[in-house]
Amino acid sequence: MLHFALARLTSLGLSLVVASVVIFFALEVVPGDPAAYMLGMNASPETVAALRTELGLDAGPVERYFTWATGLLTGDFGISYTYRTPVAEMIGERIKVSLPLALYALALSTLIAFPVGIWAATHRGKAQDMGVMAATQLGIAVPNFWFAMLLVLVFAIGLRWFSAGGFPGWDAGFFEGMKALTLPAIALALPQASILARVMRSALLDTMGEDFIRTARAKGLSRRQALWRHALRNALIPVLTIIGLQFSFLLAGAIIIENVFFLPGLGRLVFQAISQRDLIVVESVVMLLVVAVIVVTFCVDLAYAAVDPRLRRRG
Amino acid sequence: MSLLRIRDLDVSIHGKPVLDRVSLELAPGHVLGIIGESGSGKSMTALSIMDLLPDGSGMSGSIELDGNDLTGLSERQMCDIRGRDIGMIFQEPMTALNPLRTIGDQVAETVRIHGGAGRGEAARIAGDMLERVGLPREKFPPTRYPHELSGGQRQRVVIAMAIALQPRLLIADEPTTALDVTTQAGILRLLRRLVLEDGMGLILITHDLAVVSGNADHLAIMRQGQVVEAGPSDKVMRALRHPYTRALFEASSHQPDRTAGHVGTPLLEARNMVRDYVTPRKGLFGAHGTFRAVRDVSFSISHGESLGLVGESGCGKSTLTRAILGLEPLQGGSVHVDGHPVEAGQKMPKDLRAKMQVVFQDPYGSFNPRHRVGRLVTEPFHLLDNPPKGAERKAAIDTALTDVGLHPDDADRYIHEFSGGQRQRIAIARALIIRPQLIILDEAVSALDVSIRAQILDLLADLSGRYGLSYLFITHDLTVVQAITDRVMVMQAGEIVETGRTEEVFANPQHEYTRTLLAAAPVLEMSA
Amino acid sequence: MRTLLTGAVIAGVFVLGAIVSFFWTPHDVEAINIAAKLLTPGDGYWFGTDHFGRDIFSMILVGARVSIAVAIVAVGIGMGIGIPLGLTAAARKGSLLDEVIMRGNDLIFAFPALLIAIMITAVFGPSAVNAIIAIGIFNIPVFARLVRGAALGLWTRDFILSARVSGKGAVRISLEHILPNLMSLLIVQGTIQFSLGILAEAGLSYVGLGVQPPTPSWGRMLAESQTMISFAPHLALFPGLAIVLTVLGLNLMGDGLRDMLDPRIRRVRA
Repeated sequence: MLHFALARLTSLGLSLVVASVVIFFALEVVPGDPAAYMLGMNASPETVAALRTELGLDAGPVERYFTWATGLLTGDFGISYTYRTPVAEMIGERIKVSLPLALYALALSTLIAFPVGIWAATHRGKAQDMGVMAATQLGIAVPNFWFAMLLVLVFAIGLRWFSAGGFPGWDAGFFEGMKALTLPAIALALPQASILARVMRSALLDTMGEDFIRTARAKGLSRRQALWRHALRNALIPVLTIIGLQFSFLLAGAIIIENVFFLPGLGRLVFQAISQRDLIVVESVVMLLVVAVIVVTFCVDLAYAAVDPRLRRRG
Repeated sequence: MSLLRIRDLDVSIHGKPVLDRVSLELAPGHVLGIIGESGSGKSMTALSIMDLLPDGSGMSGSIELDGNDLTGLSERQMCDIRGRDIGMIFQEPMTALNPLRTIGDQVAETVRIHGGAGRGEAARIAGDMLERVGLPREKFPPTRYPHELSGGQRQRVVIAMAIALQPRLLIADEPTTALDVTTQAGILRLLRRLVLEDGMGLILITHDLAVVSGNADHLAIMRQGQVVEAGPSDKVMRALRHPYTRALFEASSHQPDRTAGHVGTPLLEARNMVRDYVTPRKGLFGAHGTFRAVRDVSFSISHGESLGLVGESGCGKSTLTRAILGLEPLQGGSVHVDGHPVEAGQKMPKDLRAKMQVVFQDPYGSFNPRHRVGRLVTEPFHLLDNPPKGAERKAAIDTALTDVGLHPDDADRYIHEFSGGQRQRIAIARALIIRPQLIILDEAVSALDVSIRAQILDLLADLSGRYGLSYLFITHDLTVVQAITDRVMVMQAGEIVETGRTEEVFANPQHEYTRTLLAAAPVLEMSA
Repeated sequence: MRTLLTGAVIAGVFVLGAIVSFFWTPHDVEAINIAAKLLTPGDGYWFGTDHFGRDIFSMILVGARVSIAVAIVAVGIGMGIGIPLGLTAAARKGSLLDEVIMRGNDLIFAFPALLIAIMITAVFGPSAVNAIIAIGIFNIPVFARLVRGAALGLWTRDFILSARVSGKGAVRISLEHILPNLMSLLIVQGTIQFSLGILAEAGLSYVGLGVQPPTPSWGRMLAESQTMISFAPHLALFPGLAIVLTVLGLNLMGDGLRDMLDPRIRRVRA
C-alpha cells in the first residue's frame, strides 16, 4: 500500500510540474510580450517598459518560470495588474464560494445517485427501473446552467423560497451561506447524478453476472444479499472512476453556473480577468483548478487501492 | 433410500428445450458421474437441482432430496437449502471467488448466512475447513485474498465454502477442467476423501471420461438433453450398450492411423534457447527484475516428424512457440529452419516465415470476425512474393478447404456460422494453404469435445502423410501426445527435462517430473 | 431498435433544421426590429421575439447549424488525433512511446474543456474557433484511451498472432485487423461525444467563450435571456429545449446503436 501511494505521489508531482509548464507557456510565452498585451494597443512604450520591469519580464522565460513556480509553492501568486492587489488574496476570497459549491454538488450527486442506481438495479426490467432510466436519460441531456435558470424561475421568482442570486458571505452564518448555494448545487448535481446513477446501475448489473455471484448464490445467499454483500463493492470500482471525472466537470460547471446566480466565485473572477486582459489572474485561477483536478485524481487512485486489494501490492 | 432422486425433469430456456425427461438417482456416500459433451445438458441438470437456472427458464418434473420435493419450494426455502444441504463447485476457480474479500471471510459466510454461528465461531470453522481442504493456516492464513492463490488453491477454497456445513449433497461441475493434471489429481483425491469422511453424495460432472473412471460409482451419459445410458460404473464401462456410449469411449482413446517412422533430414534445429522477460520494478526506485521463461532449450524436428511438447501451464510452452515463430526475440541460443536462422521482427525473410504456420487453441479467437473464410484462409499469402490471384486464388482456397473436409462454398461465409470443430478445420486450412513444412499446433485440440477431437486428430494424421508435414504438438494433454507424436519432450519451469520416443517415455519415464505427470493423468480403464 | 429510431428522428429534425437554415429562415436573424420586440409566441413569430425583435425560431434554426458544426469538428479532431495515438500506444504497449502518449492523455484530462477555452480566449480573444479547439482537445484523450484499451484486448487474440505469423507488421495489423473491429465502439462513442460537444458548446457560448454575436447560438441566446427571465421566460425556454432535445436524440441514438452493433461493448462515458 505504501509503495502504491508513493508511486502515485511521484506521478502526482510530475503531473503538477508538467501542467504548470503548459500553463506558463500558454499564458506567458505564447502571447509574446504579456506587458504589451495587458496594456492593449494604445499604451506608450514607456508604460509598457515600466510594466515589464514591474512584472519581472526582463528575465528569460526559464528564469521567470522558476520565479513563478517557487512563488506558487510559497503562496505568492503575484500581483493583479488591474486591481493592484495580491492574486492570492483575491483567489482566497473567491474560492470560499466555488469550492464549497463544487463539493456540495458532488455530495448531492453521490447521495442521490447511489440509492437510485441500486434501486434501479434491484428492480431490473421492472417499471421502477424503466422510470429511472427514462428520468436519467433526460437528466443527462439538460445543460446545468439552463436547469439553473429554470430553478430560479420556479423557486426564486415564482415560489420565492430562495433568493434569485448573490451570496451573503459566510459571515452571515453557515446556514445562510449554504442556503444561497443550494439552488446552484442542485442545478449542478442533478445532471451529474443522472450519469452516476446509470453507471452505478450498469456496474451492479455487470457484477451480478460474474461467476463469484453464482458462487455466493450457491452458498445460500438470496439475490438481494448477493448484491449487497458481494456486488456492491465490486461495482464501486467503475463508479469511483466516474466520481473522479465528475469533480472536474463540477468545477467547470460551478464556474459557469456562478454566472446564473451572480455568485462571487472563481468564475466571475476569471471572466472579469479575461475581459480586462489580466493574464496573471487567469494564469493563477487556471493553475489552481488544474491542481484541484490532479489532486482529486490522486485521491481516486488511493480510493481504488482501498477498495481493491489486488492494487495494493503493485508499485 | 436414495439421497437424490430426479424424475422426468424437463427444462426449457426461453421456450427452447434443454433437458428432456432426465431421471437420475444417487445414494448417500456414493459418487454419480455425469458425462457429456458440450450442450448435452449436464450443467443445466446441476443448476436445476440448485434452482439457479438462468432467467427465462421453465422446469417440470420432480427433484427429491431425502424424499422432499425441491421443485415446489419458494426461493426463500431454496436459499436455506443451498449451501446447507447442497454445496456446489464450479469450473472456473479464477473467477469463482469475490476478489475483494478474504478467503476466510468468504468461507465463513456460508456458516454465517445459515445462522450456524457468530462471527468468531464462523471464522474458526472457516479456518478449520480451509485446513481440511489442504490449505493449512500457517501457509495460507484465512486473511489471504483470492489473487494471492493459484487456481488449484482457489478451487480448494471453493470446496471449503461448499462443504463448510457438511451438506448432504455436493455437486461438482467440471471441477478440474481448468486445472493442470497434477492439480487435478489432488482435487479429485480431496473430493473422494470428503465423500468418504462425511458420507455425502457427490455428483461429478465432466466431459472427460478418464476423470470419472475410477472415481464414480454410477455413471450417467448425457446427450442433447437426454440421459442415454445410466447404471453402475463397471457395468456401463464393460457393456457399452448404447452406441453413443461406445462412440464416446472410442473417441476418448482414439488412435489415428498414421504411418510413423519415415523421418527425414532435420528441419528445425533449436540450440540453447534462452528467453527472458522483464518483470515490473520492485518498489519505487528498484531495478527491473528478469524472469527466465525458457532456459537453455535445445531440440530438433526432422522432415515428416511429429514432435510433442508436454508441460503444465506456465512452464514456458507458449513462450517457446513464439520464439520459434520469430515473434519474440531470444536472449540466447538460436533457432534454424532449413539451415536459416530465425530472427524476431520484420527482419525475418518472408520465405523463411512461409515454412512455418501455426494453429491455436481457441477456435473462437483465432479469426477476425469481420472477414469471410476465403479471406481468412488466404492471409498467409502475404508471405508469398507472387500470391495467386483470380482463378488461381480461388483454386487454392478450394483445395485448402476440401483438404480439411469442408466445402469450397464455405469460403463466402463468416466465421460465426461455423462450429468449434469446423473452425479448427479452417485454422488448419489457413496454416496449410502456403504448404509450410512445419505446423505448430498450440493446444489445437484442447478446447474440443472428444468426438470432434478424434476427427481432427485423424485429419492431422492424414494431412501429414499426404504432404509430408512436420508437427510440433504443444499440449498439456498426455493422451493427445500419445495418439499423434513420434517423439515427446517434457517441459518443466522453462527446461526440457526429458526427451525420447513417445512410447518409450510413456512406458519407462526417466525423469521424476515425467513420472509425476504420468501418475497424475487420469487413465480411462477400458474393460471391454 | 425503437430507441435508435426515436433518437435518430429527434436528432434528424435538428440536422434538417440546420440544413434548411442555409437556404431559408422565416425571418432574417440579424435584422433588428424594435417595434416587434419581446413578442410572445404567436402569429408570424412561432417562438416569439427577443429584446431586439429578432425571431427566436429563426435563431434556433441557425443556432442548430452552429452547435452541430462545432460538435462535429470537435469530434473529428478528437478522433483524428486520438485514434492514431491509441492504436500506436496499443501496438507499442509498454514502450516509452506508450508511456508518453498515456501520460500526455492524463495531463489533458486535467484540463477540462472550459479551462482550455479560458486560456485560449485570454490570449487570442473570444471566437467560435476557441470552442472547437477546446472541445476537440478534450476529445483526444477520450478516444485515445478508448482505442488503446480495446485494441490491447484485441492484440492478445489469436487472430492477431496469426497475422503476425503471416509476416504482417504492426501498422498493417492495426489498420486491417484492429481498427475494423473497433468501428462499432467508435461509432457509439462518437455519438456520445457529439452530444457532449453540443452541451459543452452551449456552456462555453453561454459564458461568452464561444460563438460571438451577431451569430446566433443556443448558449448565447440563453445568456441574453437571463436578465429577462422574469417577464419573458419564452426567451429561455426554446433554446434550452432545443439543446435538451438534440442531446437527448443523440444519446438515444448512441444507446440504440450500441444495442444494435454489439450488445457486449461497454460504453465509456467521460
